[in-house]
Parts: sequence; structure tokens; C-alpha cells
Amino acid sequence: MRRLSFACFAAAIVVVQVATGLTGTGYLLTQLTMAAWYSLVVVGLCLLMGYAGQISLGHAAFFAIGGYTTAVLSSVNLLPAKSALPVRALSAVGLTIGGTDPWGSAVLRLSPWISLAAAMIASAVVAYGIGLPVLRLRGHYLAMATLGFGIIVYRIALGTPLFGAADGLSDVPSFPLFPGLCLDGTRLHRVSSYYFSWFVVLAVIVLIVNLIGSRAGRALRAIHGNEAAAQAMGIDTSRYKLHLFALSAVIAAMAGVFMTHYTGGIGPGETSVMKSIRYVAIVAVGGMANLWGALIAGTVLNFLSLRGLFGTYDDAVFGAVLIAMMLFAPDGIVRKKRI
Amino acid sequence: MPLSLILQYLFSGITAGAIYAVIAIGFNIVYNTTGIINFAQGEFVMLGGMIAISLGGFMPLPVAVAGAVAITALVGGLLEFVFIRRMKNPTVIQMIIVTIGLSILIREAALHVWDEKVHSLPYFTGNEISSLRIFGACLSPQVLWVLGTCAAVVAGLSLFFTHTAAGRAMRACSADRIGAMLCGINARTMVTLSFMISAAIGALAGCVISPITSTTYDCGTSLAVKGFTVAIIGGLGNSAGAVVAGLLLGIVEAFCISFMPMSYRDVVVIAILLAALSLKPSGLFGSSASHALKEF
Repeated sequence: MRRLSFACFAAAIVVVQVATGLTGTGYLLTQLTMAAWYSLVVVGLCLLMGYAGQISLGHAAFFAIGGYTTAVLSSVNLLPAKSALPVRALSAVGLTIGGTDPWGSAVLRLSPWISLAAAMIASAVVAYGIGLPVLRLRGHYLAMATLGFGIIVYRIALGTPLFGAADGLSDVPSFPLFPGLCLDGTRLHRVSSYYFSWFVVLAVIVLIVNLIGSRAGRALRAIHGNEAAAQAMGIDTSRYKLHLFALSAVIAAMAGVFMTHYTGGIGPGETSVMKSIRYVAIVAVGGMANLWGALIAGTVLNFLSLRGLFGTYDDAVFGAVLIAMMLFAPDGIVRKKRI
Repeated sequence: MPLSLILQYLFSGITAGAIYAVIAIGFNIVYNTTGIINFAQGEFVMLGGMIAISLGGFMPLPVAVAGAVAITALVGGLLEFVFIRRMKNPTVIQMIIVTIGLSILIREAALHVWDEKVHSLPYFTGNEISSLRIFGACLSPQVLWVLGTCAAVVAGLSLFFTHTAAGRAMRACSADRIGAMLCGINARTMVTLSFMISAAIGALAGCVISPITSTTYDCGTSLAVKGFTVAIIGGLGNSAGAVVAGLLLGIVEAFCISFMPMSYRDVVVIAILLAALSLKPSGLFGSSASHALKEF
């Protein structure tokens, strides 16, 4: 069953690309790629909400930590420090990139692979730091605490000149993934970026599916079902919740890194409370503990939103979706499969 | 720091703190009868201000404020009647999500009914530049209106909860819902009533603060977070605690501005919230033992 949905989804990705190529609507791939990065956050949040039963109203903050970390690190010009030992060492192993900035002067930059690693480490550190006190809370307290964490990150992004304040950061260089494969928003790399984004999404899903099927996954479901009973069975509930929180934060940060290189910039809007609530809304639509549901809902809703279909009612649509889901179908619209 | 400056920060802190206290009391009223946190509480403040501004265009100010409070109370009651009541055996996560959804819908509706511009009510007495001088610090008469209104709300609510049949019935519901129902109290009506009261006092706060801080369609979220912070520090459900915590938080916030950039003000408040949640979630005045019995 799981193999079948995996194959169906992979086939759908190829079919969509071929169809847009044949009908001359290749521009749709841009929004589909962006929808893939957002869906990655949703999948990570689905793991946290659906399997550990912990709500997070601050996941956009982790996305932004990833995005801002890479935007700052990969834009630093190392040329003045070219002869310093660390820079020479990095150059020797191919982790720096020479090039020109938009004004034509030569620059030497860090490889985005380094900033990807830095972003993932930074988000994990923040997640453990914030999760240790906060995950002891439940229900309303946890919701408000994560919401508060999101607002703190938003305010810092908005008020710090290093992060471009209200303008955000732009001119982030493209991400040379492998020789011949480069992640950015240009037309030349549109198709390859599209395939790369969905490859990452499916790879993360495989990882999560395996995790859910493991001993850790069974422990998590026990926590969701009844935390006291799980504890009585000898499951270290707080440790599992904390690790899962960090894992979903790292996934969100990774999405933030790729999205920032793809669109070439990031702004404080990505950290706003409304973004975090959108992710929660999409998980709710997909069915709390349904990865494929969350993935499909995330792709469709984000794609429609990015295409501007909802117009000035963009946020209102997500608010209405939240209410409708909770009133009429708290388990999601995609039929819940047996886990 | 000269005395006049200290007083100036103190006044501005007390003004903001009084509003936070009223919002926190709104959280408490709904929490006490239903056990849920209404994330749309901040939107009631915004609605009160916006409706009063619209009504003020063609009727005298006191009537406009009364009308805004009545309309917002109706909206609050309607939300409970249409949405909250429909949920069957909701989990806490579901209630959180629904009230967040409602707050988004109210905010977006306000954006389309009014606009994205900054609005404000006229000053109740005098105007922007009229001020009283106290030890060299300037005090707008509107501050007195804010403090007077907040004091009246607190006094009025405590009378309501101790001396009226409806108020006592609501307290009975919060103490023991099933027991109250067995005594013939219609618990559902009490829940609707609690939403109406919390909407009404939120709207009143939104009206008196509007001349000072002005009203925009999206001002509710940050007010709600601060009101919640105050409700937690004062002990969830404890309205006297909310008043003390509100004034404290307002004053801390006001003095923060004196040594750090304005845009980091919310960071300090929320850091206090996170610290309070992780160190003493039962609040300054709550007992840890009774907190442990609560359902979250």
C-alpha cells in the first residue's frame, strides 16, 4: 500500500512535468517547486502534530532560521580574507565558490552546502533549546509558547539590520548542488530544480515512514494515544517528543534553505504568525496523522495560493479551512489509512 | 533618569498594563466557564474600536461606544452559538485551531469591511495636546479614561459574579459543570454569556485605548499574546492576579523602551511569557497543587 502511494506520487510528478512541457505551461513548475518546499515543512509538522500530538504555532520560525542563515552565510564575500588559513582550507576542498556579484565585481563565497549544514545545526540547537522547557507544557500553554517563539523570531528578523530588517535579504546566490545540477529560479534550471525539490520531499517522506514504522514510531503513537499509559510502559515520553520536535524543525529549516536559494531571497513575511498557522491548517486538512494527506493538501493549497487564485482572501481561505475541518471532519478529508 | 521621565514611563506603562489586564480578564472569563483559551480575544478589542469609529461618524461618541460594545458582544455570542457549540467532544488542539481560525476570519473580514489604514476615535475629553502636569510628567486625560474604565470593569465584574443570579450561575459552572447542570443551571447558556461578556469588555477596552494607540485591522494578535501573558503570570482564571500582572507587565514594557529599540519590545514581553510558562505555569499567585489538577 505504502509502495503504491509512493509510486503513484512519483508518477504524478513526472506526468505533471511532461504535461506542462507539452502544453507550453512550464511556468507552472516554478510555483510547484515552491509548493514542494512549503510541503516539506508541512510533512515535518505532520510528524510532530499527528504522531507526537504536539501542536507548534511557530514552525515558520524554523523555516526562517534556515532561510536567513543561508542567505547571510552564502552571501559573505571571503575575497578580502582570501589568504587566511580557514578560507584556503575551504577552497582546497572545493567549499568556496568564485564568481561576480550583481555589480560585476569578483567575489569569493562560501558553498551553500556549508550554510545548509549550518542552518540545520542552528535550527536543531534552537529547537532543543526552546523545546526543553516548552515541550513540558501541553494544550493551550504549548500553543501559546510556540506562537510566542514564532513572534520573537519574527521581531528579530524585522528589527535586525543584518537580516535586512523589513526588506529582507535578496540576491542570494544559486545553489550548485552537483556538477550540472544547480538550484535557482532561472528558466534554465526550472525543470531540474522541480525534480530536485520533489526528490527531496519524497526522500524525507521515506525517512519519516521508516521512522514511524520503527520502535520510535510505535513509542510516539503510544504517547499520542495516552501519554500517562506510555510513560507507565517505560517510554521516555519527553525525550521522544523533544527529538521529534527537533527533527521537524530541521526539516523546516532545510526547506527554508532550499526555498531561499530557489527564490533568491527571504523576507520577514516568511516568519509571520500567519505562515505558521497556514502550515497547521494544511496538516489539519490532510488529516493529523496522514503524511500523504498532508503532502497532497500542502501541494494543492500552496500551489493555488502561490498562483494568486485566492486573491485578497488568501489568509481568509486558510482561516475558513481551519474552522471547516475542525467542525466537519476533524480527521481530515483524505481517508485515514490504518497505520 | 530624572523623576519626571520615570513618572512618564510609569504612566505609559500603567495605561498599557490596564488594557492588558482587561484582555486577560476576558481570557479568564471564557476559560473559567469552558476550560478553553479563546485565541480570538484580541480581535474583540479591534472590533470594538473599529465599530465605534464607524458609528462615531453619525452619532455622539458615548452612543457609538455603547453601540460598539453591544454589537461586539453579539458577535461574541454568535461565534459561540454557531461554531464552538457545534463541536462534539472537542480535544484541546481542536478548540485551539477553531478559535485561531475564527480570529483569522474576523481579522480578514475587518480588512474588507474597513481597510488597512490606521483609524482612531477622537479623544473623549480635550484633544491630542491637552495634558495634565504631574511632577513634570505629562498625562493625557484619555489615560484617566482608560484607568477609570478598567477599574469600573473590574469592579463591575466582581459585583456581577458575586451578587447576581447569572454571575453566580457562571461561577457554579466553572467550579463543577455537571453539578451546576444538576441544579438546573443551563450550562450552555452560561458559556454563550461568558463569550458575550468577554467580547463586551474587550470591545470597551478597544474603544478607550483607540485615541491613544489607534486601531488597525491586525492589532488584535499582539494584544492577545500580551493579554495571555498577563493571564498566565496572574494565574489562569484569577482576575485579581490579572490586574496586578497586567500593571507589572505594562510597566516593564514601558521601561524596556528606554534602553532598547522599539521593535524588540514584544521580544521582551514574550521572553517573559516563555520564562513564566517554563518556571511557574501556575502564575505568581496560583498554587502548583491546584494547577496540577487542571486538564492540560
